[in-house]
Amino acid sequence: MSPETLTAPAELAVTGRSANAPAPAGRWKKPLLYLVMLVLAVPFVFPTWWMITSSLLPENEVLSYPPKLFPTHPQWSNYRAAFANYPLAHQYFNSLYIAAVVTVGTMVFASLSGYAFARIPFPGGQKLFLLILTGLLIPSEVTIIPLFKLVDRLGLTDTHWPLIVIPILGAPSVLGTFVMRQFFLTVPDELEDAGRIDGLGRFGLYFRVALPLARPALAAVAIFTFLNSWNMYLEPLVYETDKRNFTLPVALTQYTDAYGAHLWNIQLAASVTTVVPVLIVFIVAQRHFVEGLAQAGLKG
Amino acid sequence: MTVTPSQTRTPPRPAAAAARGGRRQYWTTRRRDVLSGWLFVLPQTLGFLAFVLYPLAAVVYYSFHTSNLLSGVTTYSGTKNYTQLAHDPAVPSVVRATALFCVGLVVFNIALALVLALLLNQKLRGTTVFRTLFFSPVVISLVAWTITWNFLLQNNGGINSLLRVIGVHGPNWLRGHDSALISVVIVQVFKNVGLNMVLFLAALQGVPRSLLEAADIDGAGPWRRFRSVILPLISPTTLLTTIVTISGSLQVFAQIQILTEGGPNNSTNVLVYFFYQQAFGNHDFGYGSAVAVVLFLIILVLTSIQWRLRKRWVFYES
Repeated sequence: MSPETLTAPAELAVTGRSANAPAPAGRWKKPLLYLVMLVLAVPFVFPTWWMITSSLLPENEVLSYPPKLFPTHPQWSNYRAAFANYPLAHQYFNSLYIAAVVTVGTMVFASLSGYAFARIPFPGGQKLFLLILTGLLIPSEVTIIPLFKLVDRLGLTDTHWPLIVIPILGAPSVLGTFVMRQFFLTVPDELEDAGRIDGLGRFGLYFRVALPLARPALAAVAIFTFLNSWNMYLEPLVYETDKRNFTLPVALTQYTDAYGAHLWNIQLAASVTTVVPVLIVFIVAQRHFVEGLAQAGLKG
Repeated sequence: MTVTPSQTRTPPRPAAAAARGGRRQYWTTRRRDVLSGWLFVLPQTLGFLAFVLYPLAAVVYYSFHTSNLLSGVTTYSGTKNYTQLAHDPAVPSVVRATALFCVGLVVFNIALALVLALLLNQKLRGTTVFRTLFFSPVVISLVAWTITWNFLLQNNGGINSLLRVIGVHGPNWLRGHDSALISVVIVQVFKNVGLNMVLFLAALQGVPRSLLEAADIDGAGPWRRFRSVILPLISPTTLLTTIVTISGSLQVFAQIQILTEGGPNNSTNVLVYFFYQQAFGNHDFGYGSAVAVVLFLIILVLTSIQWRLRKRWVFYES
């Protein structure tokens, strides 16, 4: 019997119809479902499609009527303009290296504390863990004024320090710690006992025994940490003033002419360069992405 | 998210340590564990103190102070910032926008997520392709996604051009009092509904087939099976996604800034955007801090409601 029981009652064997002669409604069920899914897919896919095609249009055609669903003469120079007239390459590099450092840093510190909270019995450990978990609840807006004042007092505004250090050790890293701890709780005691017999100390047990097992959890942490950093918007807006120090999300909003009017095709070209690499990685490593982001989505 | 207190386990005394030297050592396993435990958590604990607890205390402190932008002097001003907040003429619009945005987002997002999950759960061939398509906006940079929609929703943009092709005259989406709020909700729903969809899909796959078959034998139609069997069984997921979506709805900042800047007439001026305007637009840190404290209190209340509901309302939680 088919597992689908929501929209296809007619196909159920218990209704007494033979499986070979499905009810008239059953014949239309599959095409109908596909049609519904196709229609529903439009608002998910269309914006990305539109972003890409419009990024290849000349400026006088981006808002023309009738709409151009496909560029007849793709104007690749929009991409050159996005990089030549704006510090986009620089901002691209900023985003990449900041996200990479934050990701590696979070993996190191979150796995260290996640391991300790899961496997090392030490006084105060559980209370400290519950305290640190409250970091999951706090939106970045709540703490950004004092953090800005702190960064400003240290003379670190318009540097990348606040975009790197605060995410690695502050509230954004707590989710990583939580995910790592939940994973390390599942590591069987026997494996560590074997490691102890081999003479491993605590660090050895963490680094040689537990961490190699934790690859799936680390992958999840890496994916949502990288994307969080890559998409960070409020923080660079607050901490950075020099355009060359911007990361991509803030940089993308800067594509206007001298009068503040949007340069749509250039702006969309720049947007495409930030979207396509992530989309490709997503399609290749889809399972990890979905799992990692579903875990990140659960915070709150 | 459930926090299970970790089992307190005393590790077996390693044979190696006992063999090493006959006398009792100072560095027993327990002492070593205390030291290594604290060393392991030290970096994050310091970070938590400096970047979470300290700013949390400081924002409360600032909210009772007024800082002079020019002299940089901060003076105690009691509840002045909170009184100002209570009487701010923009606040009714902010409350309205925040509440409407939240309700619109939750209803639309949960309903769509559930529909998509039900469709994907039909086990038709090719559903993984659709799952990828529905999920893809989640991985697209929020700002790029919003910029694209901003472009599409312009008065002479793609949406209205397409509507014109079929003979419909679309509104100026982002400049109309109601259409602006609706637009922001739509942009946000399609961006993130994939996450809730995945969670619902996992929940649906956990519904035991035997129960559905039993309901079928009892003569329940598809709607009845959905309402009386599936919906109660996935209620933990419904609650979870609802709470996560509500707290997410309180944190939409980039979308508002790019699409509407809170306008027109504050109709999309949600709390976090209002906060940003006060704190970093007007550079009024005292007032901004008061808004931040209110935001934090709202989140706290929501979280405690979540914990209570989890205990009472949700059925069949394992």
